[in-house]
Amino acid sequence: MAKKEILGIFDSAEAAADATDTLAESGLNQENFDVLTGTPYPPGAFGEREEKHHVYVFPIVGALMGFTIALLLTAGTQLAFPLVTGGKPILAIPAMMPIMYEGTLLGAVIFTIVGILFESRLPRPRLSPYDPRITEGFIGILVTCEEEKIEVAEQALRKANAEDVIHQGSRAAWR
Amino acid sequence: MQERVKLTDAEINRDLLRSTVESPRGYWIIIGALAFVVLCGVVSAGFMFNRGLGLTGLNRPVMWGFFITNFVFWIGISHAGVMLSAILRLTQAEWRRPATRAAEILTLFSLMTAMLMPLIHAGRPWRVFYWVFPYDWARGIFPNIRTPLVWDPAAVFTYLTSTILFVYIALIPDIAVLRDRTTGVRHAIYSVLSLGWRGTSRQWRLQLIAGILLSAIILPIFVSVHSIVSWDFGMAIAVEAWHSTIFAPYFVIGAVHSGVSGVVTVMILLRYMFRWENYIRLEHLDALAKLLIVVATTWLFFFMLEFVFGLYAREAPELALRELQTSQMPWAGLAITFLITAYLFPVPMWMFRNVRRSVKWMLITTISVNIGMWLERFLIIVPSLARKQGFTFTWGTYAPSPIEIIIVTASFCMVLMLVLLFAKAFPLIPIADAKEAMILADHIQIGKKKVPAVMREE
Repeated sequence: MAKKEILGIFDSAEAAADATDTLAESGLNQENFDVLTGTPYPPGAFGEREEKHHVYVFPIVGALMGFTIALLLTAGTQLAFPLVTGGKPILAIPAMMPIMYEGTLLGAVIFTIVGILFESRLPRPRLSPYDPRITEGFIGILVTCEEEKIEVAEQALRKANAEDVIHQGSRAAWR
Repeated sequence: MQERVKLTDAEINRDLLRSTVESPRGYWIIIGALAFVVLCGVVSAGFMFNRGLGLTGLNRPVMWGFFITNFVFWIGISHAGVMLSAILRLTQAEWRRPATRAAEILTLFSLMTAMLMPLIHAGRPWRVFYWVFPYDWARGIFPNIRTPLVWDPAAVFTYLTSTILFVYIALIPDIAVLRDRTTGVRHAIYSVLSLGWRGTSRQWRLQLIAGILLSAIILPIFVSVHSIVSWDFGMAIAVEAWHSTIFAPYFVIGAVHSGVSGVVTVMILLRYMFRWENYIRLEHLDALAKLLIVVATTWLFFFMLEFVFGLYAREAPELALRELQTSQMPWAGLAITFLITAYLFPVPMWMFRNVRRSVKWMLITTISVNIGMWLERFLIIVPSLARKQGFTFTWGTYAPSPIEIIIVTASFCMVLMLVLLFAKAFPLIPIADAKEAMILADHIQIGKKKVPAVMREE
């Protein structure tokens, strides 16, 4: 069954929190709605679901990959042309460490960024349904449900005194 | 620490996006003047590449001069970003909010400028690729990874890449605000850059984690970068005055001293230009000045240790260097100026609350610190090379040429110009952070008194 999205706009955090109760009374559970805000509210402020993620795995994988690449690079370049310089042995571990250290951390940073974007579901090519008022302090309650339940969701949002209800595909009014 | 004015989201948007929609009086004149000096620097560098390094004051034995001093200085300034942004983020210091973006941006542009300096110093910048890029350009010979001169670009490149990514990730919610408030081409550009950010609870949760996680990863990079810069000197066998084992922590703490001072200077300029009195408040300058007292005193401790350790061994080149630095002009004059401007003038001043809360005095004292810290790097590099060996017939001296002075001046103008241009495109105070601070702050009743309180972020 195709899922659709509908967005209710509320002018205060309290009204938005009440709206999630109204949605629950209409038979829509936590999995069906999300909250769009322009400010990082404390998690659970609107009774939304707890988000699970695996972002902590990414820096570990990145660090391991960075270390491996740096090790191959430092060892490989010395072995490719074994020229003794500065009286140090070929494969002088202390001299290789700074580059391996930087490689490890660079890998960790790059993979963390990839992980953050992936887990944040970004980039997202389609914004709708969305409203620019969200970044001006309004709160959006985004309901995702089966097509036949959209009407129920809309009624619940209007009952909760939504300032506006925006359907998927409708164009936001950019100022 | 909570002298804030209660503001709505719309007011915060209007105030903090003012820099992107309005130009303060004289803004384009300042940009034009800065661009002119930068252009002079570019022309001078081009002329020097064409004619050779003979146009500089570099000589045997002083082969590192103004450019390398400036490189170390800008690397030092770049340490402000992590010091303020990462450490204060990890410790959830409430007063960090207006300072983080300015610190990160200063890090970014000062690192870019720092990277230019060794390229210019090389005289043939394209050849640097042969020395550091891991590829066998000729006869199967790869760059020598056993030299600090290869570790250094590796560290700076890692720091620069991490900083760019850190700044961008933290900017995404603010770019979304810009996207929502613009039309036409700007709207299209911000739409692409905001990656479709909508501000879902998942996205905000991950933003918070990104800040903490990246801070934790960038901190070891921050420590390594200036340590490796110090090893550019410390590992040079020929220059005995650089053989101090405390060079790495001494350089790192010196970098934090100059970097945090640089951030305060930039914050004051931004506060004045964009009328951000409600965001960059006197309490923030007060807190930063207190932090600077601790940092500066730690730095002084390392400086004195380095001086004493040098004399303790009574090695001839070291004694000759200290004699040069303390009793021969112009070096002795520069050393006194450096000590006064880097510590003896600003730190006692910061002991006074009125100074810490005075925009004018904080501007003067933080600029003074960076004059001193630039001289500190100059006095570490140049006199040490001038008294490199024990034989007096190998001693030398150094005076910068006009070309070097122009290029170094242009580097300062370039950083300032880039910061001001950045402010035209993106907010220099994190909007989301400012809004979060409004949500988390309130007044609570304790007995008969209502006191301001801030909830800790989760």
